[in-house]
Amino acid sequence: MTQKTEIGYNSKVEGEVIHTTVDAAVNWFRKNSMWPMPMGLACCGIELMASGCSRFDISRFGSEVMRFSPRQSDVMIVAGTVTYKMATAVKRIYDQMVEPKWVIAMGACASTGGMYRSYAVLQGVDQILPVDVYIAGCPPRPEAVLEGLMKLQSKVAKEPWAKQHFKPSAQ
Amino acid sequence: MTTAADFAQQLKAEFGELISEPTEFRGEITVNIADAARITEVCEFAKHELGFDYLIDISTLDHYGEDPRFSVVYELSSISHGQHLRLKTQVTEEHGEVPTVTGVWRTADWHEREAYDMMGIKFTGHPNLTRILMWEGYPHFPLRKDFPLEGKPTEVPDVAFTQTAPMEGGPFVTLASSEDTTHREPRRRNPEDGK
Repeated sequence: MTQKTEIGYNSKVEGEVIHTTVDAAVNWFRKNSMWPMPMGLACCGIELMASGCSRFDISRFGSEVMRFSPRQSDVMIVAGTVTYKMATAVKRIYDQMVEPKWVIAMGACASTGGMYRSYAVLQGVDQILPVDVYIAGCPPRPEAVLEGLMKLQSKVAKEPWAKQHFKPSAQ
Repeated sequence: MTTAADFAQQLKAEFGELISEPTEFRGEITVNIADAARITEVCEFAKHELGFDYLIDISTLDHYGEDPRFSVVYELSSISHGQHLRLKTQVTEEHGEVPTVTGVWRTADWHEREAYDMMGIKFTGHPNLTRILMWEGYPHFPLRKDFPLEGKPTEVPDVAFTQTAPMEGGPFVTLASSEDTTHREPRRRNPEDGK
């Protein structure tokens, strides 16, 4: 007498079905294909380009698609010195990005104004944009950019997507 | 070979009292032009008769507290004979105007716009005398001596705004020195401290 046991495991079903929550699924989609809007304004922009190249390879994190159109991008990486004259343009480009959108302030200048304590430079891009991740450095090495991206990914992974999109019933 | 000093003498021979005696510093010749209103004809002569076909730069100085307050400096050079000549002229704060030399060298266009933007000196006859670095509507001239380093707060709706930058103990000033980097690095050096 042979006994056919299928306790807790069905090879016909397993591999086709995943049990998860909506939050986890949506955040998983989002965090693994964050297309950057490269707001390269100074030397940080060069390091950002290096993070896209083969040695550092930002595509390991799904962010290799640098979009120069704000309408196609998810995360704006402000890389460099934001002057007051440029600040209006940065804000405008951020406003053109579609939700959901995130901002990384890359380097000392974008985070705080850096060494430019002067009349011409915005003292930190967080004065006009909601910054999610600050990356230290002047300029930060590509490893630091990737670390910042991973920090942002773990932040995105915790977002309560379902709570924001489905209201509890009125009962 | 005709040197810059010879060209300066030719300028003096043509314009007489208008041109000062040439001064030499580290091999560079400078002449002063007494009347800023005649700068255009001096430049015309320098370009067409003396061959200074290249205007390197126009810079301005603010002698704050003195009269005349501003100097305008023209750096002339030549592709053909390679000599360098510097023309200087003075502008008072009340008058604040110099005729443009865009008709002589077209490159003067942006140089004069920058001088206007940073120092507030007007160049009469300029085809498009608007700000070039700061935005249109910015109310100050930032390179004047009486403009603070940290800036002044301004607000131009829908164009741009500025705030004063935190000095956080500054101004940080470096000292030219042959000592090691510890001595050279920028540190807080206020004139009031007496250091």
